[in-house]
Amino acid sequence: MARALRYLAQAAVYLLIAVLLGVLSNSPVYRAFPRDQALIKLSLVHSAQRKVPCRKLSAEELAELAPNMRKPMSCSRERLPLWLEVRLDDRLVFSESLPPAGLSKDGPARAYHRFPVAPGRHSLSLKMRDSARTEGYDYQLDTEVELEALQNLVVDFRPESGGFILR
Amino acid sequence: MNRVKNGMRTGFMWVEDWLDRAFGPAWNPLYHLGALGFFYYWIVAASGIYVYILFDTGTTEAYDSIEYMTVEQWYLGGVMRSLHRYASDGMVLMMVVHMLREFALDRYRGNRWFTWFTGVPVFWLVIASGITGYWLVWDKLAQYLALATTEWFDWLPIFGQPIARNFLAPSLLDDRFFTLLTFMHIAVPLILLLVLWIHLQRVSRSRIHPARGLALGTFAMLLALSLFKPAVSQGPADLARVPAEVGLDWFYLAGYPLMDIWSKGALWAFTATITLIVAVLPWLPPLRRLPAAVVDLKNCNGCTRCTEDCPFNAVSMQPRSDGLPFEREAVVNASVCVACGICAGACPTSTPFRRASDLIPGIDLPDRSLRQLRRPFAPAASRPTGTGCGRLVGQGPRDRIRLRPRRRGARCRAAGRGRAQPALHRRPAALLHRLRVEPRSGGRRLHHRLPQGRVLSTFRSALDRGPPCPPARPLPAGPRAARADRHVLGRPDRPSAAGPGGGVLRRGTRRAAARARRPGAPGGHAGGLGRRGGRPWLGRFAISLRRRSTC
Repeated sequence: MARALRYLAQAAVYLLIAVLLGVLSNSPVYRAFPRDQALIKLSLVHSAQRKVPCRKLSAEELAELAPNMRKPMSCSRERLPLWLEVRLDDRLVFSESLPPAGLSKDGPARAYHRFPVAPGRHSLSLKMRDSARTEGYDYQLDTEVELEALQNLVVDFRPESGGFILR
Repeated sequence: MNRVKNGMRTGFMWVEDWLDRAFGPAWNPLYHLGALGFFYYWIVAASGIYVYILFDTGTTEAYDSIEYMTVEQWYLGGVMRSLHRYASDGMVLMMVVHMLREFALDRYRGNRWFTWFTGVPVFWLVIASGITGYWLVWDKLAQYLALATTEWFDWLPIFGQPIARNFLAPSLLDDRFFTLLTFMHIAVPLILLLVLWIHLQRVSRSRIHPARGLALGTFAMLLALSLFKPAVSQGPADLARVPAEVGLDWFYLAGYPLMDIWSKGALWAFTATITLIVAVLPWLPPLRRLPAAVVDLKNCNGCTRCTEDCPFNAVSMQPRSDGLPFEREAVVNASVCVACGICAGACPTSTPFRRASDLIPGIDLPDRSLRQLRRPFAPAASRPTGTGCGRLVGQGPRDRIRLRPRRRGARCRAAGRGRAQPALHRRPAALLHRLRVEPRSGGRRLHHRLPQGRVLSTFRSALDRGPPCPPARPLPAGPRAARADRHVLGRPDRPSAAGPGGGVLRRGTRRAAARARRPGAPGGHAGGLGRRGGRPWLGRFAISLRRRSTC
């Protein structure tokens, strides 16, 4: 192959690689989420109450313990599961018992779910039960939200802030 | 599986041939895939240092600082950022092609398992390095990646709190997170470098630098690409909004769309299964354990050439044990020998200028000796005619045996094509690599293409083995030179295995052949040249294989 032709062929190979790198480095564009939708994201981490409530030790029980182990309260590690319900426009979209994390079931329960919705006004009802009760809810929030297209509404839970919070 | 592999092998050979024509064997990118990967790594590292100097760790500062270097300082910061990105992409490209080629050429079994196996974490570390790098930009793509990646990892029950919660709202994301990300983006490539070092531990002469011309060309290509199409951000991240469309870097992020198609668990299962299958490929059927090379002490003079050429450190030199008057002998470590046969090609007893009439290397493969290996090539090798032909191509099932023009302007007739015998097809491709020998430009040196496809050992180079062969000169006229030619090439006036007229050797070899016939010629193997008969095609191959022995 003549020298000029060889150089030309080399340039063609480099050009091919450059085009490959240049094009595939950011295209074709990937549609990760529909443009005409909004997103409600439920994300919370919360420890339910203990399965067995804490109990105050008697004086006799304390005396049996080593001096450095004498805590007045005796608490079991295991937590109750968390019951969570989400209604969107009066439609039940999430209803689940969330188990506590950890091998000893002493960690917090956690939830992370995405609900794509159409933009506009929506009624949102959030209910949580973190105790041993079988009826009713410990935390509840009923609200209306106005969502724009591609808006990301996060539903979080902070007991110190009174329960459910919307971000 | 074999059909796929054969198809891939044929494809690689076809591309390799074309690249050979364009770049020449010394610059052929397919022979430097691993080295090019390293080269890209160093470009990424160097450009990354500059980018890091200008980078600010912070939720807003990160994006702003990168925009500054892209827009305000486009001539240096922007170019560096683009080099950083495109070289990273190039690294993935080289890595994937390198892996596919090794797979296609069956270079992952047996004692090569270590290199293959350690290549698997290399792949994931490269991908992890890229993903953490894209996070640092903190644009819309970074936001998408951050959420998708953390949601995927949160599926694993190993985190106390979902790490995706870090990206719920702008108020939850603090600057320290970017400091952590920066640390990861530096630490992972450093770990990658360590694993790469381990990856090459069983390769004795690994080349981590491509040929200079190829490196220059590659860098020029990246630089031109960086100037022509600079890497840009995709708008600042906004956690209050969902990124709808993102321009993915498909070299690194091709798996992300699967997160939207499959469940997180399914994707974990898929990733783990693919990784496991690739990692255990060397042990999957059909299992092949090739017998290691063996040393024939009667024909070994302890010259160390096999030791020097062995790419896997499988041959060592030890004190002589058989009482022959040589200082050392070659000893094969069967646990690391991959039976590639390079040592047999390196052995000086395989030269045509040997005393013994039979071709018996001092070190050879027990199941397929060098002599047996050459036999099937006889018909194909005897047919070609023309001048300047002599390169032998063929390394796998259905590969053609072709003699190609070695010199510019030389022509070889189509009669030079042939096919290896079926028995040869069943042999691993690596066995035939010792036949893939060709001269560098100028024809002074011979390079033995190794299984990695690289030009690894330079025979009799000035550095390794003393002075190179003298430059080629026209043949001296006279009856002695003609006799020497007739011996090697066959008589021009008589049909022979070399075909009518023989005449396929280059001038330098003719001259060397003639010189070797002179009384008192240097080299211990020159005495056999004057023997009667002989097999010209064998001589031609042997000269091609071991030209160094003639000078």
